[in-house]
Amino acid sequence: MRKLGLAAAALALFVGAAAEAQQQTPRRGGTIRMTGPYAASFGSLDPHATPRAQDDIVNKAIHRTLYNWDSAANKLVPELIVSQTVSADGLTYTLKLRSDAFFHNGRKFTADDVIWSFTRIMDGSKGFAAARYVRIIKGAVDVEKGTAKEIAGLKKIDDHTLEMTLSELVDPAFYFFHGSTAILPKEEVEKGNFAAAPVGLGPFIFKEHIPGSRVVATRFDKFYKPGKPYADTLVVQIMAEAAARDLAFRNKEIDTSILGPAQYQIYLADPQLKNGVLEVAEMFTRALTLNHDAVIGGKKPFADKRVRQAINHAIDTDLIIKRLAKDKAYRATSWLPLSSPAYDKALKPYAFDPEKAKKLLADAGYPNGFEFELTTSRNESWGLPIVEAMQQMLARVGIKITPKIVEVTVLTEIAQKGDHQAYIGSNLTGPDSSATLRCYYSKTPRTACNYTGFKNDAFDKLFEAAGQEKDPAKRNDLLRQANNLLYDEAPVWFFNYNKAVMAFQPWIHGLQANPTEITHQYVEDIWVDERSPVK
Amino acid sequence: MLTVLVRRLLNVVPTLVAVIALVFLLFSVLPGSFISGMNEDGRGLVDPAVMERMRKEMGLDDPLHERFAKYIAKTFVGDFGVSFRTREPVTKLIGDRLWPSLKLVLASMLFAIVIGVPLGFIAALKPGSVTDTTSMVVAISGLSLPKFWLGLMLMYLFALQLKILPSFGYGDGGLTHLTLPAIALGVSPMALLARTTRAAVLEVLNADFVRTARSKGMSEPRVVTWHVMRNALVLVITTIGLQFGSLMGQAVVVEKLFAWPGVGSLLVDSVFQRDIPAVQGCILLIVLFFLAINTLIDLAYVTIDPRIRYA
Repeated sequence: MRKLGLAAAALALFVGAAAEAQQQTPRRGGTIRMTGPYAASFGSLDPHATPRAQDDIVNKAIHRTLYNWDSAANKLVPELIVSQTVSADGLTYTLKLRSDAFFHNGRKFTADDVIWSFTRIMDGSKGFAAARYVRIIKGAVDVEKGTAKEIAGLKKIDDHTLEMTLSELVDPAFYFFHGSTAILPKEEVEKGNFAAAPVGLGPFIFKEHIPGSRVVATRFDKFYKPGKPYADTLVVQIMAEAAARDLAFRNKEIDTSILGPAQYQIYLADPQLKNGVLEVAEMFTRALTLNHDAVIGGKKPFADKRVRQAINHAIDTDLIIKRLAKDKAYRATSWLPLSSPAYDKALKPYAFDPEKAKKLLADAGYPNGFEFELTTSRNESWGLPIVEAMQQMLARVGIKITPKIVEVTVLTEIAQKGDHQAYIGSNLTGPDSSATLRCYYSKTPRTACNYTGFKNDAFDKLFEAAGQEKDPAKRNDLLRQANNLLYDEAPVWFFNYNKAVMAFQPWIHGLQANPTEITHQYVEDIWVDERSPVK
Repeated sequence: MLTVLVRRLLNVVPTLVAVIALVFLLFSVLPGSFISGMNEDGRGLVDPAVMERMRKEMGLDDPLHERFAKYIAKTFVGDFGVSFRTREPVTKLIGDRLWPSLKLVLASMLFAIVIGVPLGFIAALKPGSVTDTTSMVVAISGLSLPKFWLGLMLMYLFALQLKILPSFGYGDGGLTHLTLPAIALGVSPMALLARTTRAAVLEVLNADFVRTARSKGMSEPRVVTWHVMRNALVLVITTIGLQFGSLMGQAVVVEKLFAWPGVGSLLVDSVFQRDIPAVQGCILLIVLFFLAINTLIDLAYVTIDPRIRYA
């Protein structure tokens, strides 16, 4: 009897192991059902026409860009490029393009497609947001202004070799991985109404778009990665309401869902759901941006570093993250996010120390504190609820804040005009650490992104030196020093880095923890096992 | 009848102009714009040079009176402009959403009429009875339930627990996907119809001509169907018209919750992203729908009750 039991146990183990092994081998076929959680519709399926994260969920599946983000390696990698060489001055890139990539209409991808796509983006009459990326190519601005018809810095060597000359010393990967710089086929775009029937180089072919409901795409058999994509069909279902998304996920009608703070804790506490939670520190830094030029009571309190440091010491940031953000955030230590190669892991966040805050305020000439207006949206993670908590904490050191509530849409406008004493918001801080830190460079105008009005000679020197440095390791070291300087200068209240959380069903495999945006997935790598309810 | 129709249509014009002007002015003074809204998720993707170019292209820098004059002129020839967000004509955007919206509104109204009118009638025929009390409890509950909450409860019950209906989406646009949003949207007008029908029938039941009919020995079913129902119908139809007309506007919450691709969800996105041409187009459609339904109701009065004449 005992032997029989042991044999049964061994058999069960063997079957279990076999099943496990089977589940690790990608299965071909099936349907991936993802969600578009950020709005009640897609803006445009013409990738050049939209910079929105929601649209890129679909656009990244249908189209392809020159570079892409490798979540496992935590860096940008070539996508439509096989190899690249850089000139001695670091400005000219010779790109060897893929010769095995085809558009969904069957035509082979060539260097002409890159030139045509980038020229289209720079068409000044279109006002495409992606122009800011292509503008790094020499002569692109002339096309934008209408003084040239071709981008001088783009030269076709042969069908699959392209020479790209830049106007400044930057890594083009940071610019040409954005979905809005996708390479499109001229002949399809020129047919008109491209957004209604997009044709791309991606792993899935557009099949159907019901505006306000879903996009359906099917496998592209001539995709350049052999054997991929695994799934037959991709459905991206629009689901802007978190509560409805939660119900649909529990009802197994969708395979992935984005979780808010409240749901995050509930999912972690649920024994069935907790194993299907993917987390990543996204490249967004939430912060209270202090306007250093704001005149309050005849003085400029935020121009004084001690006042800014006092604010960082006066707020119990860990408590806010725990109670209000429900631990769906990582404590921020300076401006660059955790995934940045220039991030200094040795940095410790400002300690919660109201007594030190009071002393710093007294030293700065504010022994009784002061009062300021704080512009905020109602966002649950970085809006009014956070401000209400801060209000109590800052009051204890004598700083009184008056919240001014606006829509999220308005925040940037206020910041760019400088119509704020302080505002709380979420800021994109990656993956290009240099572009991110540019927001504190004194020559960056407020309208670009220097919303604090920060001016610091030491920072400027480090930033300029990093801009001239061709060695990536040395450049990152300079940027790290600049970021550490920001930590000490405290131009803002460093709040948190967003922890993006995606729930996924047990039959979904191959998801990537993408810190640039968790909903942007390499759909060709995702596969569904036989447990999926969609047959 | 034709005179009534023409007169009603002429009355519609000033209402439309007033609505167009109001919506235009409101969105002109509201802070924020489509371009600044592109930065709302912190991506900072639009730099000042592009912003300036886009503002120029979209005509956002033109003086208010110029923009308004252009807008009015275009609207009256059926050109609602081009959506800032999708760069497609607004008429196309609305055209894509119109049929799903109409389907939802019609199904909701059908649900409301089929349940609400008989419920009110039965309640009125036996005032103070258990049936009456129960019907009115149902009606008042239906009126007070928030659509968002009710929708979630319906999803929970019929999708998650009973597993007989999908919780969201459009599917193939058929009945299985339509049922839950239609009920969520239809409960409130159903409740109002039940109450209105009850009040109207009770009033007619106490009228002299009903008493006369009964005293003449007319059977109760005939009194109810011939005299009571017909006379109560005017108030009931007015309620149906008002509710029906406003349902497209009320559908905003339900459409977003159930991911139903109607005009309401388009309106929500367009408002948040300050896509002014799309907002104006959606609101105009909702107002037109309301006015059209009410014009039809006015014409129906004349047919139902020949005593009604419009001066």
